[in-house]
Formats: sequence, structure tokens, C-alpha cells
Amino acid sequence: MSPIFRKLARDLPAMLGLAIVVFVLLIAIFGPLLAPYPEDAAASHLARRLKPPSAAFPFGTDNLGRDIFSRVILGARGALSIALTVVSTAMLIGVPLGLIAGYRGGWLSEGIMRVTDVVLAIPQLILALALAQLMSPSLESAMLALSLTYWPYFTRIVYAETRRLSSSLFVDALRGIGAGSGRIVFLHILPNALSPVIVRATIGLGFTILVAAVLGFLGMGATPPAPDWGLAIAESRTYLPRAWWYATFPGLAILITVMGFNLLGDGLRDIVDPRIRRSR
Amino acid sequence: MTPDPILTLRDVSVRLGGRKGFLQRTVLPVQAVKQVSLDLRSGEILSLVGESGCGKTTLGRTILGLQRESEGEILLEGRRVSGLTPEAARRARSIVQYSHQDAGAALDPWWSIGRTLEEGLRIHGVRNASERRDRVASMLQAVGLDPTSARRYPHEFSGGQLRRLALARILLLQPRVLILDEPTSGLDMSVQATVLNLLLELRETFSLTYLFISHDLSVVERLSDRVAIMYLGRIVELGTANTVFGHPTHPYTRTLLAAAPRLSGRRASGPSLVRGDPPNPRLVLPGCSFFDRCPIGVPACQEAAPKLQPVATGHEVACHRADVEEKQGLAVGQTASIGAKRRA
Amino acid sequence: MIPVLSVRGLKVSIRTDEGRAEILDDIGLTLERGRILGVVGESGCGKSTLIRSIMGILPRAATVDGGEVWFEGENLLAFSEAELNDGVRSSRIGFIPQDPLLALNPVFKVGTQMLEIMRWHAPPDGLRGAARQRAHVGRLVGLLKRMQVPDPETALERYPHQFSGGQRQRLLIAAALACAPGLVIADEPTTALDVTTQHQILLLLRELVAEFGISLLFVTHDFGVVAELCDDLCVIYAGQTVEAGPVQAILDAPSHPYTRALLACHPDRATTFLGIPGSVPSPLARPPGCLFAPRCGDARALCLAARPPQGQARSGAEVRCVQFT
Repeated sequence: MSPIFRKLARDLPAMLGLAIVVFVLLIAIFGPLLAPYPEDAAASHLARRLKPPSAAFPFGTDNLGRDIFSRVILGARGALSIALTVVSTAMLIGVPLGLIAGYRGGWLSEGIMRVTDVVLAIPQLILALALAQLMSPSLESAMLALSLTYWPYFTRIVYAETRRLSSSLFVDALRGIGAGSGRIVFLHILPNALSPVIVRATIGLGFTILVAAVLGFLGMGATPPAPDWGLAIAESRTYLPRAWWYATFPGLAILITVMGFNLLGDGLRDIVDPRIRRSR
Repeated sequence: MTPDPILTLRDVSVRLGGRKGFLQRTVLPVQAVKQVSLDLRSGEILSLVGESGCGKTTLGRTILGLQRESEGEILLEGRRVSGLTPEAARRARSIVQYSHQDAGAALDPWWSIGRTLEEGLRIHGVRNASERRDRVASMLQAVGLDPTSARRYPHEFSGGQLRRLALARILLLQPRVLILDEPTSGLDMSVQATVLNLLLELRETFSLTYLFISHDLSVVERLSDRVAIMYLGRIVELGTANTVFGHPTHPYTRTLLAAAPRLSGRRASGPSLVRGDPPNPRLVLPGCSFFDRCPIGVPACQEAAPKLQPVATGHEVACHRADVEEKQGLAVGQTASIGAKRRA
Repeated sequence: MIPVLSVRGLKVSIRTDEGRAEILDDIGLTLERGRILGVVGESGCGKSTLIRSIMGILPRAATVDGGEVWFEGENLLAFSEAELNDGVRSSRIGFIPQDPLLALNPVFKVGTQMLEIMRWHAPPDGLRGAARQRAHVGRLVGLLKRMQVPDPETALERYPHQFSGGQRQRLLIAAALACAPGLVIADEPTTALDVTTQHQILLLLRELVAEFGISLLFVTHDFGVVAELCDDLCVIYAGQTVEAGPVQAILDAPSHPYTRALLACHPDRATTFLGIPGSVPSPLARPPGCLFAPRCGDARALCLAARPPQGQARSGAEVRCVQFT
């Protein structure tokens, strides 16, 4: 494992990304303990509404007097949980489909890949809007919509890797010694195919947070009074430009988090080349 | 060792390609192997020699079972094992194992050596983990590697060591016949020597029979008991190493021996003894497939493909003009190396 | 008559993750005009680095720590990159790479690629523009005809994948000769070819050397090829030249213990199959004495203490071994 980390450690942007991700993760886990006003997840204090940043309220207060600093911290949990749920669901759907399509050719493979192409063509936001209409806007409908539109990316990657690996020499050697298809696919092809999947998943986490924020902004995701970052930006619209802090800090939170995942993902992509891939 | 051939091929042909996938272009079939009949005797080293496109690798994979033969019979220890799907063929021919040309690429890069070597045992039913570990450790020693190699990964080993690992892996499955595909290609000469030495030792230790696929004539001459020269899917000459290297009869064999760079070399000079380029396996010509490059071809050669005929005891040649003494323009000169002279 | 190429005392090291690796350690060779020099060594001996040093295409992490590369009386190591590119590579030193498939760009016609070489590197002949291009095409077609490439007139219009391996190698030989260089460096050009094709290429190279008056530096690991093709031989071990001299003399009576051991491994000479015990010293940790001493059957205490000087064997070969000084 150490050669991988040594190489990663030399990549400064990737290290920055890793630091940001770890930081956000810690905030998400320990949120309620870190936020100075944890009750502001729901409570409102109209007496101190729309106060600019100060010592007591580092990010200012919003239109219901809630401490924005606390709400940004608490919002991390929601953002990460959406991201993790969506990406893991997409992987659970997409990876097995890619394995099946890639290993055995034929019309099953063609069928899976054509369905993949069709789903790729569906814009995530449009589907989210449609589902929101059907199911009434909520975090759940947003997550479902995003999962259903993200799995094709994994299928494509896994399909390409599986096809490449199926005709590789070591798989041929395995067939030579009598290994069955199940063993070959799950114990040999899958681990070798996972590297690009992990890169994609990391970047996908950032991307999902961004899209979830957009959905929240459109009112198609989290509902008030949730401390969702996108929702906060939506709520802040009416009070701009005077209460600039209201939109800025949640926006910065989104920016920094997404950037963190992207930097980390890029760094992983660089180290996942075949020469390092072989040294564990 | 039983004198009966351990492996027999009768008129085996292999057609590659030609499958028409749904919505896919038809790939024209290629006759990679044409009516090959061969006996492999228990304990011997039989070499398949030829250049690219001759079909030696396809023949090796067909004998292994991963490539299905299109026609013909294959008998293993007297039992008929032809006409099976690749999976069934591998099960029926489990005493035949294969060593790939690129030994490193034949190992899963994510798996440790120990796990890779144990896997064959797991597949074949050895459930006890410590028994597997012990067998792997003793096999690593048998191939000249330290047992601690089991903890390491393929990329940490050199070419020669990877070759040993590949051999260890297949030997754990207790085969009787090993098909070795270019086992010395890409290896330094000093490493090549140790690998060849190892192969000879292993043959003794484990009572093995080798089918040795190679294009390196120096190695083939030194190592083999018998040699089969292949050209465009057919065996054109078959005999003991002494015979084939000492009295090459088929014009292609003579061409090949004349072209091979030998240490006792005659200097490269004079008009080339080799005509034309290696053939395209897709072209199907009537009659003898060597005709267009043959210095002694006559129109009669184009009428029918020649079959392997004995020209002396234990020496067969597939040539219509095998009896012609004066092979014009093919003064082979010193083709016999010092090694062959010493053995004769 | 000064030799066409003379490498003396060349030292090259590369910066790696694990430290500084000395790849070439006081290596030398001499190529006389009109002759073919074979450079033989096993993997890791530094053959490729030697070639790259001569041509000035070392990787960025590599540095030349000492020595000279004299080419027709000039020290190539003193040339700048621009001088090498404009005045030396392709125009005065031609290069034939190992794998013809990798050396040709698959999306361009062969003619386009070869004409590009000529456009940049061909010696000025007084012509310009279209006339110059026509002259180049004429020269190329003539060369291809000489290389026995089928249909030389239309060959330039085809793509690399439409040729066989042997034909592609002929194309690359033609490209190397296109600008009439005095020296051609061939890096294992026949390793990827069939035996019969290799034979034809070796014969062709021999004829071209005589016909065009070029000097050929031929890198290989195959002693059989050296025996057939080369006039002189230079054996490399661990970044040093251990033996150099006429081919027949060395093959008949090898002097250096490494040369003897290596030739004894060749199937044409081996009585039994024995490798050479031990392994090549790591370029990261070079022993102070003779680099082959740990594996040498004739080694004495003196050998482990200091690097052996150059000596002369009875065969006329230069040998780096205390037994010959």
C-alpha cells in the first residue's frame, strides 16, 4: 500500500483535496457537537434576524435569526449523506450490469449497453423534477432521481474494463487451470476493474453534492427547515444583496467541498495507472 | 514410462474466425491448422517450430482445449477427448497444462504469488489451507525460488523468476504434459540457460512430457528429442532433432536453417537464400502452400497438398519432391552446430 | 583515419525514487569508418542508455556525469539540443528503432512521415518548394526499391498497418538512410521479426553498409546475429565495456570472464545448461572493485578492491580485466 500513498503524498493538489474531504467528513460526523447553536437546525429567533457576521455569529444570521455558521456545519451531514447514498446506489446498480455486459457478449450485453445509452441521455434535473411531481418534493425523491441517472457512468467504465480484462492473458491462464466464470469475474476481473470505478465515484460524490444543492435551490430536494446548503441559497435570494452573508457562506461550503472531492479524484486517477496499480 | 503415445492427434484442423455476430461484420475464417497428425510419446520433448502464422500457437491451444478443433480426433492416454467445449475439454484434459509466452502477464497483478499458486489447488478441491500452503512452499523450492516469494507480487520479480512462478503454478496441478509456449523468449541468455536447465530437471523429477513451441532454432536443437516444422498450418517435416537438423529435407526446413543466425555462423553474404515474405494465412492456395517461395517447386506441386510421408525411419516429410537430391540454390553449409555434431 | 564514433569514459546516472542510479560507468566504444560494430549485453546493462546518450535523447532525470562522445571529430555532448536536432539527428546520424509498429504514426501515410523527415533533415540541394519535394519523393522511391519493398511507387501512399513487420522495418531503414547519414544506429531492429525475415534484413544491412559507405552501430542481445553481421564487437556489462575487438577473434577466443561465461550459455556452445551464478550489481549500489568480480570464477582479492584497468588480450581485443594487464 505504501507506494500508492507515497506517490499520492507528492501530489499537492490531491493532498489538499484529501484534507478537505477529511475535514468535511469530520464536520459531518461531529456536527451537532461542533455547532455553537445546534438547536438552530429548526428553531427560529426572529429577534436577531439578518444580522451580519460578528463574533457571536461568525457567518451572520438568516431571515429566521438562525446562526448560519451552525447551519452550514449541520448541512454537511445532509450533503454527504445524499452524496454517499446516491453514489453507492448507482454503483450497486451499475457495476454488476457492467460486469455482466462485459464478460459475456451477445444480445444480453448489447441490450444492457443500449439501455445504458438511453438512460445516459436523460438529464438528471429533468428526471428529478418529474419524480418530484410524482412523489412530492423531498430528499428521497431527489436521491432516487440522482441514483437512477448516475448508474450508467459506472456501467460504462466497468463494461470497458471487463471487456479488456476478459481477453487478458491472466484470465486466459485462469481458464487454462480450470477456473470457472464466477471465480474469474468476481475474484479477478472485479478487483482489477475497481480502480477507475473508485476514481469515478470520488468525483461523483462532489458532483452529486452540487446537483443536490441545485435541486435544493429549486425546491425539489430538501424541504425547510432543513439546514441544506442549496436550500439556504434559495432562501437567501430575497435578501440579496444586502444580506450577502446569507448566500455566500453556504455557497462557499458547496464550492470547497466539491473542489475537495474533485482534487482527490484527480489525484487518484493519476496514481491508478497500471504501474502503480500492481504494487499493493 | 509407457511407450504408447500419451497424446495422439489425427487429422486435426482448426478454423479461426468466420463467426457472424448479430449486427457484426463477417470475419473471414482462417485455416490456422490443417490436418495435423502427431503422436506425443511419454517423457519426450517434442518441439513445434515455425514462424508467425504457421499455427504452432493455435495447435498448442487446441491441444490444451481452450481452442476447439474444427475437425479431427484427439486422444489423451488412449481416451477420446476431442469434440468438447472449452470448459469440458479442460476438465477432460486436466493432465495437460500450458505455460504462456509472457509469464508475467499470465498472473493476476492484484493477487499475491501465494494466493495465485494456491488458487489452482483450491479449484481442484484441496480445502485444507495449511496443506495448500505447504505444497506451495515446497513447489517454490522445487523451481528454485525462496518460499517467502509467496508473500510478494508479480511486478517484484524478474523475467526468469516469473517463468519459474508460472511453472510452479501449473506443476502444482500434477500434470503429465506441459505445453510450453516460447518459454525462453525475452530472457537474457544466462537466464535462459538456467530456465532450460530447470525444465530438464523438472522433467526428471515429475516425469513430464513437453510440447515445446519455439522459433529459436539453437535452443530447439539443444533441447528437443523430436522436432516438427510447421508452415501455414501443416507439419512439413517431423523427426528426431539429429535428423531434422542434420539432414533437413523439406525446402522450408532448409530455408529456415539457412536463415537462422548461429554462433558458428557463416557470414551473412551472397544472394539471400530466403525468398519472399512470410505468407498470409488467409490466402488459400491449391496444392503445396510453400510453392510460391520454393526453389525447387514444379507445376505438379500445385495440384495437391503434399502429405507427411516417411523418407527414413522416424523421419517424415511433406513434399512432393522429397526425393530430389540436388536442392538447387540451397547450399545450407554449416547448419549442424557443434552440439549436434557431438550428439551424433 | 579517425573513427567515425568514439565514446570515451562516459558516465550517466539517473535520479530515481530510491536514489541516484549509475547506469553507465566509464563506458567506451570505437566504431571505425565503414564497419559494423555490434554492441552486446543483457538486459539492464545500459545499451539503450548508451544509444540515447549518443543521440542526446536521455530522459530528463538523467545526467551525463563525465566522458566524451566524439562523432566525426566533434564532441556531441557539447552540442545544444537545437544543434543536435538540426544538424545531427537524421541528417548525419540515422536511427533504426526496435519496433517498427511503434515507431510509425498509424494515422499518417508512410510517405507523409518519411517526407517530413526529409523536409527537415535532408542536406540542401539547391532546390526549393515543389521541385525539392519531387526530388525527395524520387530519392525515397529509389531507396524503397533498393529495400525490395513491393510496389515502391504506391508504397508511399499506404498506411503503416498495410505493411508486414518485415516491410515496415525496411521502411524504417529507408527512412534512416533518406538523408544520407554517415552513421546509422540500429537498436535491436530484428528482434521482433521472424527468422527468415531477420536473415533478409541482416543481408540487406550488410549490402547497404558497403554500397552507401555508412558505418553501422548495431545493438543486440543475440550473439548469433553478431556472428553473422558484425565486424567488431563490444560487450557491455553493468554499464561498462568489458571486452571490445574484432568479432571472430572474440568469438573464437573470448578473454573476459563475463564474455566467456555468456558465450558458454549459448545453446550452440553449451554442453550443459548453466547460467551465470549471482546477479548484476544494482546501479544504486556499485561495488568498489571489478563489477563482475562477485560472479567471476577467476576473481582474486585484487579484483574486489579496485576497478580493473583496460588491458589487451592476445586475440587483439581490449579487455577490462586484471588478467590481461
